Amino acid sequence: MAKKLKEAILTIRTSTSTLPSSLLSAVDDGHSSIARTSLADSTTSRVSFTLDSTLDSVNKIEQTAEQYAQRAGFDEDTIPHIAMAVREAAVNAVLHGNAYDVNKHITASFETTSDSLVIRITDQGPGLDPNTLPDPLAPENILRGSGRGIFLIRAFMDEVNFRQLHPGTELTLIKHRTPAQSGT
Amino acid sequence: MSMKVQTRQVDGVTILDLSGRITLGEGSVTIRDAVRDLLAKGQQKILLNLADISYIDSSGIGELVSAFTTVRNAGGELKLLNLTKKVHDLLQITKLYTVFDVKDDEASAISSFGTK
Repeated sequence: MAKKLKEAILTIRTSTSTLPSSLLSAVDDGHSSIARTSLADSTTSRVSFTLDSTLDSVNKIEQTAEQYAQRAGFDEDTIPHIAMAVREAAVNAVLHGNAYDVNKHITASFETTSDSLVIRITDQGPGLDPNTLPDPLAPENILRGSGRGIFLIRAFMDEVNFRQLHPGTELTLIKHRTPAQSGT
Repeated sequence: MSMKVQTRQVDGVTILDLSGRITLGEGSVTIRDAVRDLLAKGQQKILLNLADISYIDSSGIGELVSAFTTVRNAGGELKLLNLTKKVHDLLQITKLYTVFDVKDDEASAISSFGTK
C-alpha cells in the first residue's frame, strides 16, 4: 500500500510548490509517524493524490492532515480536531460515497496558504445532499449509532463546503490560520 | 494501533479495560462483539473503562451508543469509566455526555450498579 501511495504521490499535481520531503518519507517507510522537521516550506504548499476506497487510505489521509496541520502551526488542541474532521470526510468518501468499490477512488488534496489550511476530499459516489442529513443532536436521533460525521466536521472546521460532481461529492474543509501561525 | 480489550469481574460487574483507538474498522466491531458475548452469558452489568483510549471517531461514538442501547434493551446497564479529555469533549459536543452514565472512580462505579 505504501508503495502504491508513493507512486500516486509521485504523479502529483503540484501547483504552488514542491512536495514536502517529509510526506514522502512518512509514506515510504509505511509507518504512521509524522516527520516534524526538515520541512522546506512552512507557509505555502499543496499536494494532491488519488487512493483506493479502503480504510488504509482513510488512515493515510488522516496522517497527512495531522502533518499539514502541524506544519501550518496550529496548536496541540486544534491539530487532532483537524485530523479528525479530515478522517470523517475520508470515511464518508470511502464508506458512504464509494461504498468500498474497488473500481472507484477518492482524491485528497492538502493546501496550506498564507491564511488557511484547505483540504478537499472527493469521491465517485452517488452524491450527498447535506441538507437532508438528520440532526444528530435531535432527541429522536441522539441514540442513533451513526450520523455524526458531518456534524463533527462542521464542529471542528471553520468552513465546510459541499460540491456535487455528478457523479461524486467534493468536500472542502477550511481552517483559518492566525497571523502568528501563517508567519506573515 | 488496533483496540485491545481485557475483561475482569468485580463484585458482579464486568469491567472491559479498553486501550487504543475506537474507530471504523478498528475498535468498533471489537466492542460490539464483546458486549454481545457478555449479554449472551447473562452478564448485564458492564463498565467500559476508557482510560487508555487514545482516540475515538464518530464510528466509535456510534458504537458506544449502540452498545449502550443494546445492553439497556436487554435489561442491563452499561456505564463509562475514566474518560480522557478528548473523549469527554466529544461526548459533550455530541450531547451524549448526559445520555451515558459516566463515572470517574472505579469503586463508586461498581457500587452504583447495585443501587439500581
